[in-house]
Amino acid sequence: MSLAKVREALAALVAASQEELPPEEAIESVTEETPEAAAPEGEQAEEAAAPPPPLVDTNHAKKGFHLDVTVAPDQVVQAAEILDGEKYTIEAVTGVDWIKEEQMEVVYDYCDTADFSRVVIRARIPRATPELPTISRVFPGADWHERETHDFFGITFVGHPDLSPLLLPEDADYHPLLKDFTA
Amino acid sequence: MNLQSEPVWLLVSLVAVIAFAALNAAYLVWVERKGAGHIQRRIGPKEVGPFGLLQPLADGAKLMSKQLLVPKGVDPVLFKVAPILVLVPAIMSFVTIPFSETLVGRDINLGLLMIFAFASVNVLGILIGGWGSRNKYAVISAVRAVSQNIAYEVPMLVIVLSIVMVSHTLNLNEIVRQQAGFFWHWNIFRLDLSLLMPVSFLVFFVCMLAETNRAPFDMAEAESELIAGAFTEYSGMGFGVFFMGEYANIVIGCALAVILFLGGWQCPFGVASGWWWFLIKLYALIWSVVWIRWTYPRTQFYGLLNLSWKILIPIAFVNLILTSAQMKLDNLF
Amino acid sequence: MSVFAESQTQETFVVNLGPQHPATHGVLRVKLTMDGEYIDRAEPILGYIHRMHEKNAEVGTWAQFMPNTGRMDYLHALAYNFGYSIAVERAAGIEVPERAEYIRVITCELNRISSHLLWFGAFVLDLGGFTPLLYAFDDREQLLDLLETVTGSRLTYCYYRFGGLYNDIDENFVDGSRAFIKRLRSRMPMYHNLVTKNIILMKRLIDIGPISAEMCRKYGATGPVLRGSGINFDVRKNEPYSVYPELDFDVPVYSECDCMARYMVRMDEIDQSMRIIEQALDKLPDGPIKPEKVPKLIKPPKGDYYAAVEAARGTFSIRLVSDGTNKPYRLKLRSPTFSNLSLYEEASKGMLLADALALMGSLDLVIPEIDR
Repeated sequence: MSLAKVREALAALVAASQEELPPEEAIESVTEETPEAAAPEGEQAEEAAAPPPPLVDTNHAKKGFHLDVTVAPDQVVQAAEILDGEKYTIEAVTGVDWIKEEQMEVVYDYCDTADFSRVVIRARIPRATPELPTISRVFPGADWHERETHDFFGITFVGHPDLSPLLLPEDADYHPLLKDFTA
Repeated sequence: MNLQSEPVWLLVSLVAVIAFAALNAAYLVWVERKGAGHIQRRIGPKEVGPFGLLQPLADGAKLMSKQLLVPKGVDPVLFKVAPILVLVPAIMSFVTIPFSETLVGRDINLGLLMIFAFASVNVLGILIGGWGSRNKYAVISAVRAVSQNIAYEVPMLVIVLSIVMVSHTLNLNEIVRQQAGFFWHWNIFRLDLSLLMPVSFLVFFVCMLAETNRAPFDMAEAESELIAGAFTEYSGMGFGVFFMGEYANIVIGCALAVILFLGGWQCPFGVASGWWWFLIKLYALIWSVVWIRWTYPRTQFYGLLNLSWKILIPIAFVNLILTSAQMKLDNLF
Repeated sequence: MSVFAESQTQETFVVNLGPQHPATHGVLRVKLTMDGEYIDRAEPILGYIHRMHEKNAEVGTWAQFMPNTGRMDYLHALAYNFGYSIAVERAAGIEVPERAEYIRVITCELNRISSHLLWFGAFVLDLGGFTPLLYAFDDREQLLDLLETVTGSRLTYCYYRFGGLYNDIDENFVDGSRAFIKRLRSRMPMYHNLVTKNIILMKRLIDIGPISAEMCRKYGATGPVLRGSGINFDVRKNEPYSVYPELDFDVPVYSECDCMARYMVRMDEIDQSMRIIEQALDKLPDGPIKPEKVPKLIKPPKGDYYAAVEAARGTFSIRLVSDGTNKPYRLKLRSPTFSNLSLYEEASKGMLLADALALMGSLDLVIPEIDR
């Protein structure tokens, strides 16, 4: 039942961030909060809406995870704490370079090993200044994943103890997974 | 030419001992490799000569033709002295080993003492080699070797002490002579001398394995931890000499076990005693050393020290006390 | 001058374990700060065999990445084939015929046994016992021969295709698998008598290298490491894929949290894999090994997809991001030992060098899979 609890807490977190936004965006998110009750519909809602809604109940059989939450970049630590409180484990941290939208996406994969469920947390950050707080204080296992993400995308995790290259050579000053990277 | 004349006998025994030690080292490697192959369901060396019998010569030629590399920053004197310090005392010890009643380099009355005196130089060689190599793995290994040798010297000597007490002599040949007759006259079965004789043989054997840095006590060259331990920086004949010294030490250790407990050159059935019986027993024991190496994993270092200080040393002292009490009782009745 | 130049101020010294070292099985480097024989800090340094598979995926088509998956974990390559196939099939909505699913499970489990056998030998080698390695290789050799007949390769397999398989199995393979299981069943008691019940081995593994369940969770450790810490999590059971739900097997769990627990989990998993293979061989249906029509060019719809499989070392998962073209937009490979190794620094603190190497061996590291 931890998935339900996590869902509730994350929904509150997302709602809190929506309130801070300009009114017209907040209204948009309210309309998307409605399909929450009917879980399978969430997916269709995602495909229909141009900017994806912040909280989607996904079909596990089709997508491979149960809950897909987009949070504000400064909320990733809070999200991690919520999941940590419900005994989730960190599976991976990675990035996606959305070069057309001038954005980077950081994706956190969480998994509950006791009562199986997978939760995905996303945060979008501007491509020009890719910065967001580290969750390695909540999950020490995220340390290496964040270092790897920094290697590949140049995303700076503020507060990370050591962002020196993990997989790339020590003196690497390039980020190979950026879409404009050329060897 | 009188073979028994002093200078000739000296020369002959010296040459014979060196040849024996070198041949043993070479062919024990072959035995070890063939034995390991057999235990591990493979063939082992087979290309050089029949059954790979010339393999040791090929290995020797290879080692000798290699450059004696002295890495930068090592202490060159200590680095070069160390292998010699391991090999020479081992060869010296052979001088007093009685292969048969007459076939003995020097029949010294303090033979046993001499062997132990020389055996303790062995560890000095490893320490110097490890320290002189200026390699952290080698230093860790050298320190391990020293603490291990100290730990196992104590129970070994206490066990030997009880043998000396019942034999009233330090002369190895005399100790063997006292075990004449059927095999129940061997020290290992002489429960009338000390009730714990078989146990003390086991203790002696375990200590011997540890003293010679053999598996499962090969802390000094634990290859999965310390690469090659004290020998990491050695190449060519420097390594080869260490190797020879190690095998010579195994032969000495097993020879001592045979002499002290298994009746030396005595025949188990009291007839036709001679050097052949000594060699049979010696190689049987050496084979068991090889066998143990390829069967057991390595002990942990504190496990090794615990075994010595908490188990073997108390047993050795209990054995000593029991033996002396038994001797006293024998005198009374 | 002392060898330990830095020791005069800090009383510690630094030893570089690797990148070439007999115990690191590949090119892992661990920077050890040692206080005598005790480990003050063990910092794994990765990247010596990094090949940037994730970038390789972005330049080729979906199908072109398949061979790369076999080159990550070279010991359990088929699980990585499996994971990638499932991810793409899920994204593109490709159905897999039942026979292909069964054959996938059979070959994947055979490969798991071979991986565990090699680990068993290498682990005991780390502990100084040489002989079990060659016994394990003897058994593994039979397996590789068997898998070679159907997959065409011995180590870096590329056997699965989207929607099916490259090649169907024949009678010889079925008989060979059964014969192998019979042989291994008769040899497992020998392994346990020779190795598991060995007093020296028990002393070196029991209560050594504790990894608590909480530490596993914080670091995202999975697989036998997690199950050796008392948590019953196996993707094959908890998030069933392929035909695993139709097969009856147990998930070995030990709650001692020490090296022995992880050892026993893997040894028991060999037994369970044999059970799975036997059942799958019994149930093996006839039919095609490929779907009727697989599009030449696979173009999964936009979106991201996640798929996880239970590899020999833990949960291997793939995150795909598709932009609707014939090339992956982003492909994240989540390798289990990357997470398992990340807890090494915390777990090995204060341990003796030899125990720390036992702990490292019990994590079952495959370096190309960590570095990707």
